[in-house]
Amino acid sequence: MHAIKTEGLTKHYTVGFWRPRPYVALDGLSLEVAPAEIFGFLGPNGAGKTTTLKLLMQLVYPTSGAAWILGKPVGDLEVKRRIGYLPENPYFYDYLTANELLTYFASLFGYRGEERRRRVADVLDQVGIGAERRMQLRQFSKGMIQRVGIAQAILNQPEVVFLDEPMSGLDPLGRRDMRQLMMRLRDSGCTVFFSSHILADAESLCSRVAILAGGRLVTTGRLTDMVGFELRGWELIVSDVSREKLAALGTRVTRIVPLAHGRFSLELPPDPPEALIAELARHGGRILSLNPVRDTLEDLFVRQIAASKPREPVGA
Amino acid sequence: MRQIWLVAGSVFKESVRDRVPYSLVAFAVLLMAASYLISQLTAGQDLKIIKDLGLAAIATIGLLIAIFIGIGLVSKEVERRSIYSLLAKPISRASFIIGKFFGLVLTLAVNVGAMTIAYYAVLAYMNWMAEPGVRQSWPAPATDVRLAVPIVLILAQLTVVTAIALFFSTFSSPLLSALLTLGIWTAGHFNADLRNFQAVVDSPPAVYTARTLYYLLPNFASFDVKTQVVHGDAVPPADVALTLAYAVVYVAALLVAAVAVFRRRDFK
Repeated sequence: MHAIKTEGLTKHYTVGFWRPRPYVALDGLSLEVAPAEIFGFLGPNGAGKTTTLKLLMQLVYPTSGAAWILGKPVGDLEVKRRIGYLPENPYFYDYLTANELLTYFASLFGYRGEERRRRVADVLDQVGIGAERRMQLRQFSKGMIQRVGIAQAILNQPEVVFLDEPMSGLDPLGRRDMRQLMMRLRDSGCTVFFSSHILADAESLCSRVAILAGGRLVTTGRLTDMVGFELRGWELIVSDVSREKLAALGTRVTRIVPLAHGRFSLELPPDPPEALIAELARHGGRILSLNPVRDTLEDLFVRQIAASKPREPVGA
Repeated sequence: MRQIWLVAGSVFKESVRDRVPYSLVAFAVLLMAASYLISQLTAGQDLKIIKDLGLAAIATIGLLIAIFIGIGLVSKEVERRSIYSLLAKPISRASFIIGKFFGLVLTLAVNVGAMTIAYYAVLAYMNWMAEPGVRQSWPAPATDVRLAVPIVLILAQLTVVTAIALFFSTFSSPLLSALLTLGIWTAGHFNADLRNFQAVVDSPPAVYTARTLYYLLPNFASFDVKTQVVHGDAVPPADVALTLAYAVVYVAALLVAAVAVFRRRDFK
């Protein structure tokens, strides 16, 4: 059984007041997500990521197509007990404290008494909210609200958790904590479905990804299959050598970029660089670093988005 | 059922932490106290004025709370997107709407209760200050328990207003909801005129439209028994029961309509 499955999921909106016209937010999305994996749902702004998540949460209804979570149709109350959801830029009742909000949500999941108190305290600890939990949410920063949002998404120990731009508003420490939390969730058997346009996060976390553009699925699959990680060349940082000497290396260097304090960044072809390094050393050059340049998710993303067709009007 | 009470509790908690109802109730209490001063200027009618003004203050302040909290019950949640994380929890859209309704009714009941206590306190003071001979001239005692009848009917009327505001709140903006609710509240007080429209207009379509509106719009005139009670006249219990039953049916119909609209709604 798939954790998440969609078949031809489509959503059209009507836009414009005086001259209403249809707008295709999502066009025939068919997707399968396996249990206990971190699945990255990627795409530029306006690609249809949030619409997909809203369709899965039944916050909007599909124009056509269908979706299932844990083998049951979306919207089923029994399924809602087993999933968690973090909306994009979440907003909560600002007259409540973080503790009260989570207590309210925990009650909706059926937690009571001491079990509820412990569960709320536990998730607030997990997202790093300490004494602030007794403050009203109107006094929280954006990053703190995001942490509360994450806490309410994992409150019921979900089997599938949907995170819409989970890194948004978090500082570097918060992002690191979020990555660790997502990995812990996966290790505990939870399926993590997260949308993002921050590719580095997806690359470091996901086993599989889907790329969406203009409301259409551009590609989906295992990251290792999609991104070859083949060597495209080398990046060499060198100092104590003149520009003329570097220019004399000819086609063995594809690009020379001057850096501060007499250093240069050299882009080299994928051939073994040992001979070139020895030659630079003979000219008095000092090798500061040598790094392989590989195909990244970003390269794949840019290629796929560039190749994707622009959104067409309905009926075209 | 539990989910409904959880949502209702949340609405009540929000209103408890909101300063607006407190200020309105404080204003009503001040108005009642002021009515005592006004009554000093009107020889012989002082008690009636206090009773009348007090009931009017309870009804008006209750109406303001019902409309201005009611119109934002759903639209504010949608506008601020707090509804996204709530509806992802195991709660149906119907439970959400019904819970919101009962939360505001609970808020209104507490506020009307507070104003009723203040009202009876002013009347008790009046009773205490009056000469025995003056007391005997009153058609009904100052702290007449029958004053509870118009107060209960005011609360029933406010419950209907809440359901109307909530219904509009499920699909329109707060401003439009407020205008529509106020419009229906006003029309509801002149509803009886629509029933006999044929007496003033000859056009059959106009008469048919007026008759349809008569059945559709709430009949708020039947909730108003203030004058009778203030003058010491009895209100037949059967009339009160019928009006309360009418309120229950009207509210139920509005809630069914609100749930039907809200169930189909997309939160873009």
